[in-house]
Amino acid sequence: MCFRVFPWLGLEWRSKLFLQEQDYGNIFCGLPKVSTVLESAPAIEVADLRKRYGSGDTAVDALKGVDLSVQPGEVVGLIGPSGSGKSTLLKCLGAVTEPSSGQIALSGDTVYAGGWRNIDPRALRRDRIGFVFQAPYLIPFLDVTDNVALPLLLAGRSNRDARQRARELLAALDVAHRAQAAITQLSGGEQQRVAIARALANQPPIILADEPTAPLDSERALAVVRILNRMAAQYRTAIIVVTHDEKIIPTFKRIYHIRDGKTYEETGEGRDIG
Amino acid sequence: MISLAGRDILHSWGKYAFTGVGLGLLIGVTLSMAGIYRGMVDDGKALLANSGADLWVVQQDTLGPYAEPSSLRDDLYRSLRGLPGVLRAANVAYLTLQIEHAGQEVRAMLVGIQPGEPGEPRYLIAGRPLERAHYEAVADVKTGFQIGDAIQIRRHRYTVVGLTQRMVSASGDPMVFIPLRDAQEVQFLKDNHALLNERARVLANPALNRPGVPGLAEALFSSQENSRMVNAVLVQVAPGWDAETVAQPIRRWKQVQAYTRPQMEEILIAKLIATSAKQIGVFLVILAIVSAAIVSFIIYTMTLGKLREIAVLKLIGARNRTIAGMILQEALGLGLIGFAVGKTVATLWAPYFPKYVLLEPGDAVRGLLAVLLICALASLVAIRTALQVDPATAIGG
Repeated sequence: MCFRVFPWLGLEWRSKLFLQEQDYGNIFCGLPKVSTVLESAPAIEVADLRKRYGSGDTAVDALKGVDLSVQPGEVVGLIGPSGSGKSTLLKCLGAVTEPSSGQIALSGDTVYAGGWRNIDPRALRRDRIGFVFQAPYLIPFLDVTDNVALPLLLAGRSNRDARQRARELLAALDVAHRAQAAITQLSGGEQQRVAIARALANQPPIILADEPTAPLDSERALAVVRILNRMAAQYRTAIIVVTHDEKIIPTFKRIYHIRDGKTYEETGEGRDIG
Repeated sequence: MISLAGRDILHSWGKYAFTGVGLGLLIGVTLSMAGIYRGMVDDGKALLANSGADLWVVQQDTLGPYAEPSSLRDDLYRSLRGLPGVLRAANVAYLTLQIEHAGQEVRAMLVGIQPGEPGEPRYLIAGRPLERAHYEAVADVKTGFQIGDAIQIRRHRYTVVGLTQRMVSASGDPMVFIPLRDAQEVQFLKDNHALLNERARVLANPALNRPGVPGLAEALFSSQENSRMVNAVLVQVAPGWDAETVAQPIRRWKQVQAYTRPQMEEILIAKLIATSAKQIGVFLVILAIVSAAIVSFIIYTMTLGKLREIAVLKLIGARNRTIAGMILQEALGLGLIGFAVGKTVATLWAPYFPKYVLLEPGDAVRGLLAVLLICALASLVAIRTALQVDPATAIGG
């Protein structure tokens, strides 16, 4: 809301993270608080990220200095040929694989700088990163609501809170009517929406989507992208979509190409898909 | 937190239940084996308790009437009755033999008793005790005889006048009680053909059938055709007397040995059924190993079928202990289902065993703990596999 009124203000405040809430409280009554200021930092910022597998003569540099920045609410594409380092980058960003060097910051908070910064990668994945896969990979022995509530329950939220949040997300993704259904009773599109709801459960600043439209036809692929865009805007979550899918690449406003372990930023078409 | 194990079990309950039933049948066999051992011990104790004796006086250097052959003169009991501390003493004769019932052979222990004396069955479930001196019988219900039935034993027919219960030998054979004289005859006397043959041999022997010694041959016949032997004398001690105290002077007699009840228990349980107990023990160990292997294999296979889900769980931040707990709970759940099924089937099929199967609650509790321990140990391989799953496999690439 405040961004619409003072669109320049977000940029101004981003450089004033050190200010305390009370510094603004009396001056800009009714304007965004410092928490909003913090949110206005990039959802994810990556600088000179490198990853080397092996050592000595057999060492392979999968990432050779990746730079990347995604704002809250933004959906960017990450494309590149096979073997270019996409998966390695995704694993490093997802705190699944430890990078060799570089920096990763989430919402302005540096979580990796030559090593994980006093943070358990597992807790990082649980609390601050969401994942959407090519296949939904939902837990088949849990129903829809429990699948969405699971990350919250793993984070220690109460059953009641977790299920309430799950129901809200399922409603936002138009699958509330399937809340009690078994996973096997859902269509492929419904399963993918439930997977997106699960990724959003802990309100992570960043969601990593690994080829989420690969098995879908054009119509359904665009529907998934539409949902991702809507969710990104609604929940102020940045989404990095790794894809080969020619159908959806034109929908991104910004695209990172990855080649030989390095990223190159490009402005996308940003085609409006409604 | 929701129970991941519970949900997984409910999700694939059919597979889980069938696996549990299969394991349960194995556990049922294990519990039955333990029950058979307990039954053997209990049979031994029942045999001693039902005899009503405090002391067993048997042939010297033997382990008594149940474990080894023992032969005593049948007038020994008179001497024993005169000892201080002896309330009652009575002869008994034991003989295991096959008897026919309804066209089928039944293995039974024939017990010769003196009515109203130690050795007599202490309670009847039907009919009356032995009253006549000959040709009456009291049978254990496991023989299948009913009141009024006739039992053919060697040359004579015995009428069943009473039925008793839980009166079995140390090897589980049901008992048939008959008067002592009849039992001595059954045990020691020869059949008609053998007697005629023996008489002919005596009469043809000039040393035994001397013309100048009339009556010698008849005396020999009488000696050969009457038995004065019994297998043991059962002694009841007088109130206030210690059985060991009463036994000590008897042991000083030549040619006899006296055992107290704890000593007889020791003979029956530690010696007579020791080999069977070891046999069952080895079988139990093998069954435990087989059960562990089966649970381990099942849990491992179930875990292999969930590796993708485990990778996703790890990727979204599940702790190792959450995943290990899920697998452990499933293994324990399988154990609980298996135990419930095993206990049920062991109880249901116990009456159909020819020998007494005693399923003690204590054994059931120990069995449950053993099953849970085996299941917990069996799940370790699966847990190790699950914890080695790389969450990156959920991402692919």
